[in-house]
Amino acid sequence: MKDDLIFIAQRWDIEFKHAAGETASTFFKAIMQRREILGRLCPKCKRVLLPPRSFCERCFVETSEWVKVGGEGKIQSFTIVYEKFEGLPPPPYAIAYVLLDGASTAMVNFVKGLDLNNLDQAIKKIKIGAKVKVAFKRKREGRITDFWYELV
Amino acid sequence: MKPHRIGIIGVGQTKYVTRRDDVILPELAREAAVIALEDAGIEFKDIDAIVFSLALDALEGVEGAEKWCAGTVGGFRKPFLRVHTGGATGGSAVHTGFFHIASGLFNCVLVLGAEKMGETHEAQNVLNQIFDPIYERQVAINAVNMCSFQAMRHMKKYGTTEYHLALVAVRSRKNALRNPYAHIKKEITVEEVLNSRVICYPLKLYDCCPRSTGACAVVMASERFIRKLNKRDVAWIKGVASCTNTYFMGDRMDDSGINDHADAEGLFLAAKRAYEMAGISDPKKEIEVAEIYAPFTTTELSAVEALGFCEKGESGISNERGVFDIDGKIPVNPSGGVLTANPISVTALARVAEAALQVMGKAEERQVEKARTAVATGEGGSLQFYTVTVLSDEM
Ligand SMILES: [Zn+2]
Repeated sequence: MKDDLIFIAQRWDIEFKHAAGETASTFFKAIMQRREILGRLCPKCKRVLLPPRSFCERCFVETSEWVKVGGEGKIQSFTIVYEKFEGLPPPPYAIAYVLLDGASTAMVNFVKGLDLNNLDQAIKKIKIGAKVKVAFKRKREGRITDFWYELV
Repeated sequence: MKPHRIGIIGVGQTKYVTRRDDVILPELAREAAVIALEDAGIEFKDIDAIVFSLALDALEGVEGAEKWCAGTVGGFRKPFLRVHTGGATGGSAVHTGFFHIASGLFNCVLVLGAEKMGETHEAQNVLNQIFDPIYERQVAINAVNMCSFQAMRHMKKYGTTEYHLALVAVRSRKNALRNPYAHIKKEITVEEVLNSRVICYPLKLYDCCPRSTGACAVVMASERFIRKLNKRDVAWIKGVASCTNTYFMGDRMDDSGINDHADAEGLFLAAKRAYEMAGISDPKKEIEVAEIYAPFTTTELSAVEALGFCEKGESGISNERGVFDIDGKIPVNPSGGVLTANPISVTALARVAEAALQVMGKAEERQVEKARTAVATGEGGSLQFYTVTVLSDEM
């Protein structure tokens, strides 16, 4: 029987249209219209949350106001991906969590403008603690990929 | 809290492999159930309720795949509940079984599940979808690099090196040779790990777990049921605790040192609660074997620190000293662990099953000498859901 088994091919192909909600929509609009990165302030712990959320998960309270954060920051962690993953971009690419000036939490995005073909050379430049700046796409469309980080 | 006397009296596992084309998911789950029931010396009719350990539906290709399996594993006319906390699913399932019996409503609960990761070649694509669709998914974070981010912070904070990561892989592979159920049974050297291809820096191929297919089951019972059965081989559950972190990993990357992504704080807190419940004050001395949910080498380093087996930042050097070797001070993953078999839905359940076998003295080739108190962990989501279970041969 082992060689004689039957296989039934199936696919999950499901389209979603996720509502970003008011909070993320405000965040994306500021990027699209003004090239500004906005965080949300927790009135209790005073952290500026980025990505912005309408609530503080540590204090169990709603966040109270929008705060514009800086266009520069420090890498808090990173990776360079050399493997092709289904549904993800062709490698290599670098991704970093960056603590932008004025923010209390790190936000993840691509790091561009760095030669990644040689890992040893690349990790001499990209490091935890390295300074980066935010760079915006010319034609922004309300996506997290409207901006990325570049080493300064 | 009054002590609950609840034990594991039967364990069943299938050999973990890449594919099982001879059975469908429900049949695979049933295989483990039959073995566990036989081990316990009972039958399907003796089971009061079933807890089904099932993680990502899209890996199986059936939405709510528990409905597919419910009847096959003895659920007809019985309470049946599916549990899903990602990688921690099996740990949560065992805890749910514990709660069932602790409530006094049930005497004997079958906790089981199965995983057929081999059904799709797009398992990574499924795992990519666990991340936030608004802020994070388009940035290509995935189930591997979420652990790379942890590794990078651990290396920066404590001076941990890729060599230390490699030591974990080498030990796991070596231990797996003793385990008939392990998926990957091939020894590797530190050099081979260090020279394996980079997946998501700093994690390389041999820092990563395989995609496995297989099933696991445990039979849990009340003291009354166990006495009536006159069962001798019992792994008593001394402590259960879980702890949750928030979703966004960047929240664990400020410079405060609080809830740092390097440190598995959720595991630390869960362990603290479980140890307290079990009456353990010094895990370094009192825990004699550990089965840790660590799909990547780096996960284990953060975990042994969180579990109190060594100080924060000392997991690397402790590995150099062989502390976690099978004949070391606190043997970790004598089964070979998740690095040598990761059937996601039941991986954390297998940790409990292996820990139970250890304290029952039934772990055969991989038995740790005089292991009477064991700890098993689970970890799921974005390094987010943690479960800790403490087991002992003593009631
Ligand atoms: Zn707060």
